[in-house]
Amino acid sequence: MPPEETNLLTQQFTELVEKLSNAAGVSGAEGSVRAIVKEQLDVLKLNYKVDALGNVLVEHFCGKPGALRIMLASHMDEVGLMIVEEDEGGMYRIEIVGGIDPRVLPGKTVWVGKQRMPGIIGARPIHLTDEDDRKKPISIDNLRIDLGPGGAGKVKPGDRAVFATEFQSNGFSYSGKALDDRLGIAILLTILAEPPKDIDLLAAFTTQEEIGLRGARVAGYALNPDAAFAIDATPANDLPAWNDDENIGYNTRLGCGPAIYIADGSTISDPRLVNLLQQTAQKENIPYQIRQPGGGGTDAGSIHKQREGIPSISLSVPIRYAHTPCSIAWQGDIANTLILLQVVLKQFPADIFSSPR
Amino acid sequence: MKELIQKLVETTGPSGHENRVRELITKEISACSKDVKVDALGNLIARIGEKKPGGLRILLSAHMDEIGVIATHIDENGFIRFTTIGGVRAANCIGGRVEFLQGARGMIYMEKRENAGQGPCIDQRYIDCGFTGKANCPVQVGDMAVFERPFMDLGKRLVAKAFDDRIGVAVQIEVMKQLKQTPHEIFFVFSTQEEVGLRGATTSAYGIDPELGLSIDVTLTGDTPKSIKMAVSLGKGPAIKIRDGGMLSDPRLVQKLIKTADKNNIPYQLEVLEGGTTDAKAIQLTRAGVPAGCLSIPCRYVHSPSEMVDIDDVENAVKLILAFLSEPIKL
Repeated sequence: MPPEETNLLTQQFTELVEKLSNAAGVSGAEGSVRAIVKEQLDVLKLNYKVDALGNVLVEHFCGKPGALRIMLASHMDEVGLMIVEEDEGGMYRIEIVGGIDPRVLPGKTVWVGKQRMPGIIGARPIHLTDEDDRKKPISIDNLRIDLGPGGAGKVKPGDRAVFATEFQSNGFSYSGKALDDRLGIAILLTILAEPPKDIDLLAAFTTQEEIGLRGARVAGYALNPDAAFAIDATPANDLPAWNDDENIGYNTRLGCGPAIYIADGSTISDPRLVNLLQQTAQKENIPYQIRQPGGGGTDAGSIHKQREGIPSISLSVPIRYAHTPCSIAWQGDIANTLILLQVVLKQFPADIFSSPR
Repeated sequence: MKELIQKLVETTGPSGHENRVRELITKEISACSKDVKVDALGNLIARIGEKKPGGLRILLSAHMDEIGVIATHIDENGFIRFTTIGGVRAANCIGGRVEFLQGARGMIYMEKRENAGQGPCIDQRYIDCGFTGKANCPVQVGDMAVFERPFMDLGKRLVAKAFDDRIGVAVQIEVMKQLKQTPHEIFFVFSTQEEVGLRGATTSAYGIDPELGLSIDVTLTGDTPKSIKMAVSLGKGPAIKIRDGGMLSDPRLVQKLIKTADKNNIPYQLEVLEGGTTDAKAIQLTRAGVPAGCLSIPCRYVHSPSEMVDIDDVENAVKLILAFLSEPIKL
C-alpha cells in the first residue's frame, strides 16, 4: 500500500486537474474542456488548431533538422449520458454515452446541459420496492433524469449529462469524475509547458475516444508522426477478492506507478517503445507496472493503423472506479507518469526505429 | 516444399511479434527481389516486376502471425494466467503445449469446474511450466506464447499448428521463387497482426495503393464428421473465395481466377465461408477502394494446434497464382 505523502504535485497542477475534472465534456460535446485546454495553450503562447472533429492539435518544433516527430494523445471526452426525449412530469429518458455499467446509475446526481442544471437519476426509495425488484439491476429504459418540478422543457434531446461530482484533493490522492482522461490532459499540458529540446512534440487533445477512438483516428492521420504515445487512465481493480483468493484480475494497482501497455484490446504495442519505457524507468528508478494484457482500448488503437502505420504505445495512470461517478488516483502514480514521460521524451533515441519492429 | 513448410510452421510468431518468421522469409526470398523493406508495423514487403501494357499494380498478402496467448498474471505458486491473442478457443487449449517467445515451455490446463459440461472460461485456464513460485518463474506479465506442436507428414496430408497462415506464406514464397516473367508490378506482402484485426494489411495496403489485391489464407472445409455445411474439401484444389464474413470478392477477379484455372487444367473449388475473414477485407477498403479477392488453402481444424492441409492443394495454389500473374489482367 502506498505510504501517505505530502503534496507530490504542485498546487498549480492540482488546480488544473480540478478545473478539468469538474468541466462537463461527454463524447461529442467536449467544448468546456476544449476551452480550458485553449486557455492553457494561450498562456503558454503555443499555436494550435481545432480540426473537424474538435481535436486540439499542437505542433511544437524543436528546430533541429531530422528531429523525430513524436505524438502524445489524451482524450478530452468522458463517459456520460444523453437526453433522448422528454417524458411526463419533467422527467427525461436517457441513453448511455460510452461504457457505463447501468448498475451505478440509480440515485446519482447529475448536471445536465451547458447550463449545468442539477438533476437526479430516479430510483425508487427502498420502502416502495419489493425483494424481487431489488434483485434485478434496473435497465436504462426504466431510469429517468428528474429535474424536479418545473423541469419540463428545460433541457433538449441531445443535451449531455455528467455525474455531479466535485473534485477533491486530500494531499495524497485525487478523487473526482472523469479522471479518465483529464489526468492525461493535465499531463500533456504540463509537458507542453517545458517541451523536450531534441524532438518535435505533437500534442493531440482528442475527442470521442470513449465511443470508438474517433478523434485520435483523424488526428493520427493528419499529424502522421514517427511514433505515438496515448496518455490515458486505466482501471485498478486491486481490492482484495471477495473470497480471499489471490486477485488475478487487478488490471493495474494504485501505488505501483504508471502502467505500460504491452497489449490491450486495440493495440499490440511496438516492442521497441515497450523496451524504451521499461529500460528508462529502470535506469531512472521510476516505479512502473505492466497493465494486464487483454480488453480495453486507447487512442493508440486507432493511431497505429493510420496511413502506413505508426509505432505506438499507451502509458496510463491507474485509477479505481473508472467509468463511475467518482474515481480515485494516487498522486504518486500521476507524478511518476509525468516524470517517466518527461525523461523518455528528453532522452528519445534518434535511431530507435532503425532496427525493424 | 514440405521442408519450407515445416520450417515456417515450427517458428514462433504470434501477432505483434512476427520477427522470427520475417527473418526466415527474408532469407528464403533473398534471391527473388532486390526491393525488400520492412515497414512501421513490421510488414515485410518485396517488389517484383515492372508494370507493362496490360499490367497492374498488384498486392499479394499472406500473414506471418499466428494466434497465441499472453501472460496476464503469475500466481504465487508459479502458475501463469493468460488471455488470448486472436481466436484461441477453450476446447483447443486443454492439454495443449505452449512455447513462450522467451523460451519457457509448458502446457495449459484448467480449474475444476462447477459444471463439467461447460467449457472452461478464460479465468479457469492456466499455463503450467513447472515453476513452483513467482520468484523462480522467468515468465512475466505480457510475455507471449504460441501452441507447440511439431510438424507431422502423413504423405498427402500434413498436420501442424499455424498452417493459418504459414501455408499461405509458403505458397507466396514459392510463387516468388518460380515466377519467370510478368507484365505486372507485384508487391508480395508478408503481413503482421492479421489475427487481431487485419492491422498489417490495413497499413501496408495504404502504403502500396494497389490496383488489385489478392490474399492467400486458409479456409475451412465441410468434409469432416458433422462439420459445418461447406462445399470445400481437402484435396479438391485451392478454393477461390466468393464471400466470407468480411468481404465479397470482386466477381471479375473470381471469374479471372476460374478462367485461368480452367485454361491451365488446375483443379479448384468455389468457397463461401460464413464466418471469418482475411487480409483481403482490409485491402478492399483501402483509400478509394481496391478490387480484391482471396485464394484459399482448404484446411481442417483451423485455429487448433493440429491443422491439416493437403499438399496437392498447396502445389495447385502455387500453379494457379503463377498462371494468374504471368498474363495481362483486364478487369
